Amino acid sequence: MTAAPPSPGARPNDYTAYPDANGRFGDYGGRYVPETLMPLVHDLGAAWAAAKADPAFQAELGGYLTHYVGRPSPLYFAERLTAHYGGAKIYLKREELNHTGSHKINNCMGQILLAMRMGKTRIIAETGAGQHGVATATVCARFGLPCVVYMGAVDVERQKPNVFRMNLLGAEVRPVTSGSATLKDAMNEALRDWVTNVHDTYYLIGSAAGPHPYPEMVRDLQAVIGRETREQMMAMEGRLPDAVMACVGGGSNAIGLFHPFLNDEGVRLIGVEAAGDGMGTDRHAAAINGGRPGVLHGNMTYLLQDKEGQITEAHSISAGLDYPGIGPEHAWLHDVGRATYLTATDIESLDAFKLCAELEGILPAIESAHALARVGDVAREVGKDGIVVLNLSGRGDKDVATVANHLGMQI
Amino acid sequence: MSKARIDARFAALKAEGRAAFIAYVMAGDPDAATALKILKGLPGAGADIVELGFPFSDPMAEGPPIQRAAQRALAKGMTLAGTLELVRAFRETDGATPLILMGYTNPLVTWGYAAFARDAAAAGVDGLIVVDCPPEEADPLADALDAADVSLIRLATPTTDDERLKVVIRRTSGFVYYVSVAGVTGVKEADAAAVAPHVERVRKASGLPVAVGFGIKTPERAASIAQVADAAVVGSALVDEVAEAVDLNEDVSARVLSKVESLAKAVRRARQGLTAV
Ligand SMILES: Cc1ncc(COP(=O)(O)O)c(C=O)c1O
Repeated sequence: MTAAPPSPGARPNDYTAYPDANGRFGDYGGRYVPETLMPLVHDLGAAWAAAKADPAFQAELGGYLTHYVGRPSPLYFAERLTAHYGGAKIYLKREELNHTGSHKINNCMGQILLAMRMGKTRIIAETGAGQHGVATATVCARFGLPCVVYMGAVDVERQKPNVFRMNLLGAEVRPVTSGSATLKDAMNEALRDWVTNVHDTYYLIGSAAGPHPYPEMVRDLQAVIGRETREQMMAMEGRLPDAVMACVGGGSNAIGLFHPFLNDEGVRLIGVEAAGDGMGTDRHAAAINGGRPGVLHGNMTYLLQDKEGQITEAHSISAGLDYPGIGPEHAWLHDVGRATYLTATDIESLDAFKLCAELEGILPAIESAHALARVGDVAREVGKDGIVVLNLSGRGDKDVATVANHLGMQI
Repeated sequence: MSKARIDARFAALKAEGRAAFIAYVMAGDPDAATALKILKGLPGAGADIVELGFPFSDPMAEGPPIQRAAQRALAKGMTLAGTLELVRAFRETDGATPLILMGYTNPLVTWGYAAFARDAAAAGVDGLIVVDCPPEEADPLADALDAADVSLIRLATPTTDDERLKVVIRRTSGFVYYVSVAGVTGVKEADAAAVAPHVERVRKASGLPVAVGFGIKTPERAASIAQVADAAVVGSALVDEVAEAVDLNEDVSARVLSKVESLAKAVRRARQGLTAV
């Protein structure tokens, strides 16, 4: 089924027919990169289209996802959270149980196989929290490829355990001091490396962002989350959920969960952006709720920016959500009204972190805790007979120092 | 006026049998007043064409020198409107030197392409280079610029093969900018012998003059590039002079303009003794 591009704001017949050949989701996406990179992003698009359609590639990827990553991840009925909120049944999709502790490995496994298929011999990546850096370093170790991870100097300081993990895995972590020295600057620096080393280097982007084909490719690789959720939900409840929700940084875990449900209009899709100190302040990371469309890092999307179009710094307790943009498919799903984007503050997310630990015995990543912070509202709105699935995108061991700090404790 | 100013300048230089020297400076670096002084001094110091950067917070194709120049300018409050103010002031005393703006897409999106093209033309801008807006994304911008008679200058690079070159030169005018190294500005050095066949290829395909930039820092390098290209662009080495002058508390415009003089002289002398092209 192919759908004509909708007029702005109109709903398409088939949401899964996007992006178009130019990498556009409505007005969003595209390939805004320097000319030096254009032949590469075209090659990458062709290589991904071929790999995606190749049963041998899919079989190889599937094998690693099963035996190395540990898929499928469980869909777990969170009985005590459900009772606590007194609304819809709450299920958790347990992506935190994947190897390396988050959904990021789903994407890395697919892209490293693609990189090798393309004959690339050097891998670079950007990372904020370090979760994508760790996942990239992991697959590079597994397949014996050299790995350079760019990380904002500020993030290197606040995510030291992950820096050490990357080093143990044989990756070189390069602190980035330019700009605001956080995730967006790490991405700038990775792009600069790529443009300098085009002949042998593969840029393994960690979210459903960047120039086409990355938003599509990363979504395709993360869509395993939503596909499994569908099957598991049918097996456990015999029906689809009423709502699925996920935190949104660049948007990869959310789009991976959403995508297999896009054409099921009865399933509400809810993303949760990081509100930092609050949406009434300028210290947040909510690109859709607090930004406007523009161009950064290769695509047109919602961005935090000043009135001149200079990108402003994002602020969140969660390094993984601390990014001034959002993947272009989310920008489009927001505009056409198919998905809803809520926000959660630092404090709300910390409370949700503690609640999940105490009621379910699960330490969620502080990123995932942003979605948890809104799950009560959604569960109550959906109501007693309903079902809500929340993507627990990562585990919270990496965040215990941050949480302790906010509780005024030393560990 | 716009496209005509670029064409006239290249035609005149061709008659003289020499390449153009293009000086790149950043608007508002280190502050608006000093930047204007530099800008106004460039033609007298020997710049045949001026490239004026407009600062962006996230310049993904720039090396450290121009990144820092953009940060200095932004810290002093430079904006795209402020950049056009500088151009207007420059045009008060110079009607002949082509002036090209260079920067990134997002400030232009914010302004709106059509309004920006009109306002830029009215200020005296002749051409625009947008580093992160490849041909695939450029049609709306190209439409706006065409309507205002401002050239959209395209970039060809070492990764541009003959097929790609056809796409790159579509809807371009004025000249083509050949990025002499795969990389960011101000890091690797360009090699004239390696660049020469590409310049020829781009010239043939486009029928336009070809300027070479990204890896030229010294008068010697500028001279060797000027022997094979229609223009040599120097940017990082000039903004580095700004940085040093600020650090050493020297007269910024004097220091930058003296560097421009030495580079321009080298370009002018490059083809003496060679048969005119
Ligand atoms: C556990 C976890 N969840 C979510 C995110 C946010 O990324 P995305 O929005 O691409 O899923 C991150 C990023 O580091 C993460 O580590």
